[in-house]
Amino acid sequence: METYYHPQDLNKFAEMGKGNPELWEKFLAYYNAVFAEGALTEREKALIALAVAHAVQCPYCIDAYTQACLQQGSNLEEMTEAVHVACAIRGGAALVHGVQMRNVAQKLSM
Amino acid sequence: MGQSLKAQGRPLASAAEQLRILSTPNGFPPFERTMAEANLFPLHATGITVLQINVGKLCNQTCAHCHVDAGPDRKEIMSRETAELCIRALAQTDIPVVDITGGAPELNPHFRWLVGQARALGRHVIDRCNLTVLLLPSQADLAEFLANHKVEVIASLPYFRAAQTDAQRGLGVFDKSIEALRKLNAFGYGKEGTGLLLNLVYNPVGAFLPPKQEAIEKQFKRELERQFGVVFNRLYTITNMPISRFLEFLLASGNYEGYMQRLANAFNPAAAAAVMCRYTLSVGWDGTLYDCDFNQMLELPLGNGAPQHIRDFDPAKLHTRRIVTANHCYGCTAGAGSSCSGATAKTSP
Repeated sequence: METYYHPQDLNKFAEMGKGNPELWEKFLAYYNAVFAEGALTEREKALIALAVAHAVQCPYCIDAYTQACLQQGSNLEEMTEAVHVACAIRGGAALVHGVQMRNVAQKLSM
Repeated sequence: MGQSLKAQGRPLASAAEQLRILSTPNGFPPFERTMAEANLFPLHATGITVLQINVGKLCNQTCAHCHVDAGPDRKEIMSRETAELCIRALAQTDIPVVDITGGAPELNPHFRWLVGQARALGRHVIDRCNLTVLLLPSQADLAEFLANHKVEVIASLPYFRAAQTDAQRGLGVFDKSIEALRKLNAFGYGKEGTGLLLNLVYNPVGAFLPPKQEAIEKQFKRELERQFGVVFNRLYTITNMPISRFLEFLLASGNYEGYMQRLANAFNPAAAAAVMCRYTLSVGWDGTLYDCDFNQMLELPLGNGAPQHIRDFDPAKLHTRRIVTANHCYGCTAGAGSSCSGATAKTSP
């Protein structure tokens, strides 16, 4: 079935550099620096990236960072907890807006 | 416990079938072309510092990724005569390291003789141990024997949790491995100042590359000590080679093409220049000579005029021999590289 998302497109990511090599190089240098070991380990950063990938629901990122997490030595329990962190923040973000709903409802109600 | 591919009559029990699949173009360039582009083809040996002796395919485990297709149903083991030829060859040289592998090498009835002879010649001896063999009733004194002979133990433990380890090596293997590690620790293995080296081998439980060796070693040390009170010296990361049972897994799970492309994309010239076949001579259970244990399992013996059997051992013809390569060699050149002593390059591309 035709779909906007094709797994093989992940390997074409670098083609984005063809439109503007300078910006692509800058992005890549920044991206690689972000994921290099620093105050956080590469393994920890990959777990954060996995959680964010779920929060932004990017199938390419989920594919890439599932692989990256396994490759960095993380296990399924850790990765599942990371996804729950994304889920809790997304769920919490929805729920906390309930306060706005309550504010509006209270203002309108007698 | 499962059966070997050979006992099951599976097509991939045949080395020729494995080579046919590996040589079929599938989205990655031929290894030899990639090596040529890195000015590394043809590849030549630089000497022999490791004599790796595979004493047979008999094993008490049937691991899902085993490149040997070893198991309890495999009966191919090295005879005393062939073991004597190995020692005779060793005595002609100053090769410093004898690396004994299998199967479970300790199950070969001549294993202890081989260890004793190599140690008597003053060589450093490595036993590639699956750990659970130490708990077999017939091997109750094995840990003591290894310690008395100051044999370095390199033991397989793919993860510090049971689920992952058992998925690769068989149900219950993790708990037994921990018991065996404690036994080795009790004899002083892995402890500072004893001179008894206990090194572990990590290999991925699936179709992905290993992590940085230093990073995963830290994790293993912390977790094994915290959870089980187990200590060890070094952790070696080894990439799963796309042959035999791991190849079967790759094909059955639809991961073959992606895995091969991942290996090829991660080709690292620094790792390729440091591959273990350049300083290793591998001897098969029947005395046939190979560039490495993987070529051995693919039945790719030494070529290009080099002696093909240990009885014809001739250091002069072996030291700079041309290495036999094929597409499976991507397994040793990806990322930080992979060898029987772990990563071979300091940095990944």
